[in-house]
Amino acid sequence: MSRWTKYADTIGATALAIIWIAPLVFAFWAAFHSTSDAVNFNLTSPWTLDNFRVAWDGAPWLRYFLNTFLLVTTILIGQFILTTLAGFAFAQLNFPGKNFVFVLVLMQLFILPEVLIVENYAMISRLGLFDTILGVGMPYMASAFGIFLMRQAFKGVPIELHEAARIEGCSWFGILWRVYVPLAKPTYLAYALVSVSTHWNNFLWPLIVTNSPDTRPLTVGLSIFGAPENGVDISVISAATLMSVAPLLIAFLVFQRQFVQAFLRAGIK
Amino acid sequence: MNKHVNLERRRQAIYGWLLLSPAAILLTVFAFYPSLATFWSSTFSRGTRRNPTEFVGGENYADLFADPTFWLVVKNNLFYAGITIPVSIFIALAMALWANSKIPARGFVRTAYFTPTVLPMIAAANLWLFFYTPGLGVLDQIGALFGLPSVNWLGQPETALWAIIIVTIWKEAGFFMIFYLAALQTIPEDLKEAADIEGASRWTYTRRIVLPLLMPTTLFIMVNAMINSVKLIDHLFILTKGGPSDASKLILYYIWEMAFAFFDAPHAAAMTIMVLLVLGVVAAIQFFYIDKRTHYQ
Repeated sequence: MSRWTKYADTIGATALAIIWIAPLVFAFWAAFHSTSDAVNFNLTSPWTLDNFRVAWDGAPWLRYFLNTFLLVTTILIGQFILTTLAGFAFAQLNFPGKNFVFVLVLMQLFILPEVLIVENYAMISRLGLFDTILGVGMPYMASAFGIFLMRQAFKGVPIELHEAARIEGCSWFGILWRVYVPLAKPTYLAYALVSVSTHWNNFLWPLIVTNSPDTRPLTVGLSIFGAPENGVDISVISAATLMSVAPLLIAFLVFQRQFVQAFLRAGIK
Repeated sequence: MNKHVNLERRRQAIYGWLLLSPAAILLTVFAFYPSLATFWSSTFSRGTRRNPTEFVGGENYADLFADPTFWLVVKNNLFYAGITIPVSIFIALAMALWANSKIPARGFVRTAYFTPTVLPMIAAANLWLFFYTPGLGVLDQIGALFGLPSVNWLGQPETALWAIIIVTIWKEAGFFMIFYLAALQTIPEDLKEAADIEGASRWTYTRRIVLPLLMPTTLFIMVNAMINSVKLIDHLFILTKGGPSDASKLILYYIWEMAFAFFDAPHAAAMTIMVLLVLGVVAAIQFFYIDKRTHYQ
């Protein structure tokens, strides 16, 4: 590579990176300055935590954090159980109707839960799960994507291990629990990262099925807090936004490599 | 022996269905049944106190086809897809080529590109609000430096959809980049060396060797971008609420509005069915592409 193209590359790449990170940097700037200092870009103006104080008092954030945490945990546990069982059945058992059901599962990849909001809302209400965390999580538990991912992971387990465990007198469940699940650990980790970051960020469905601060996740809380009707100013909104993305953002910056690997593994397999 | 094989087969069948049943039940309850129920309810009229619901066949669909707002929303969504898909793919490719080249600060560059991916759409919308706000916003202040007048980016029909589109591209390009990055790392070094020996320019090498090898990745990303152009609408709730005068309204937002703001479930259902049909076409493309790819290998 000639020296000039290298310079051009460096400048182009860095310029794009700066543009890409700018919205976060501006929000960071605004969150720590009074509104007038923030919009005047007075670089010498004093830093302050007032915006965080105002934002924190403006909504039950602790409850929202707890709700989001409970929501992603509930979904993840449900997904792990359901996709493990189904993935194992598809990967290692032979039974009539298996291929037909597998095609049905693949079809669900394209029936986005987001699109079926009207009927899923009716269903959740019928089940008496409206405005509960379980109601928000349930439509996502039997994830076709997860089943597919687990099936691929289990298919890669050498059959000799399966046979050996069976000769030792292990039950089906024992084989699944002691042979397959431990060997699929990287897949579980990848799936967990993708699932948690997806549902931490999910908005439309929780907006529809929650109706009280006791169940509302962070995203919905943030949208209500930032609604123009509430007349909140830009610095306070920035502070609230940073607050609500902080856990995931910090986790991402610390475990960046794992995150990227997880998304890759989830996307390519 | 035969009896034993039969017993084993039956046991596998029972275990198989037993293990599948929890997932099968939930998939039925939250995907297959709702799809059918949506179709069913799209053929009934909206019940009011005086008129109970009744079967109307395709009337809800006919209403939509006669509704100029519906066509505006379809047009908006096609425009949204038509811009976000190619531009995100192009930017993702540029990002990947840069993030893969030997430049200083590569770590920072990669992190910067990928960070928007982990933010919720709602948060992204809040961040961009600071850019778009008239007068105080970053864009207006930059414009003022060059003597440009203040622009209400979100408040006028000509720019509102563009403002939405930019946030979507910002959000998804970094995500697509990692797939290109992974694909780039599988391209053998000798191809680059061979191209250098042949005296091929960097542009020729990229166009004739790298881009064709990235084709399967591009198709994969394209399918994802198509799905995103239906799915990514959360920022509308913060930035424009579909306005002004429906100029930035997208189909999924309109479905939500129809069902939960206007309480008109039958028309929302009819629109849902149409979106499902479009997604079905995307699925067909995907399966076609998977077939081709296995053939290719």
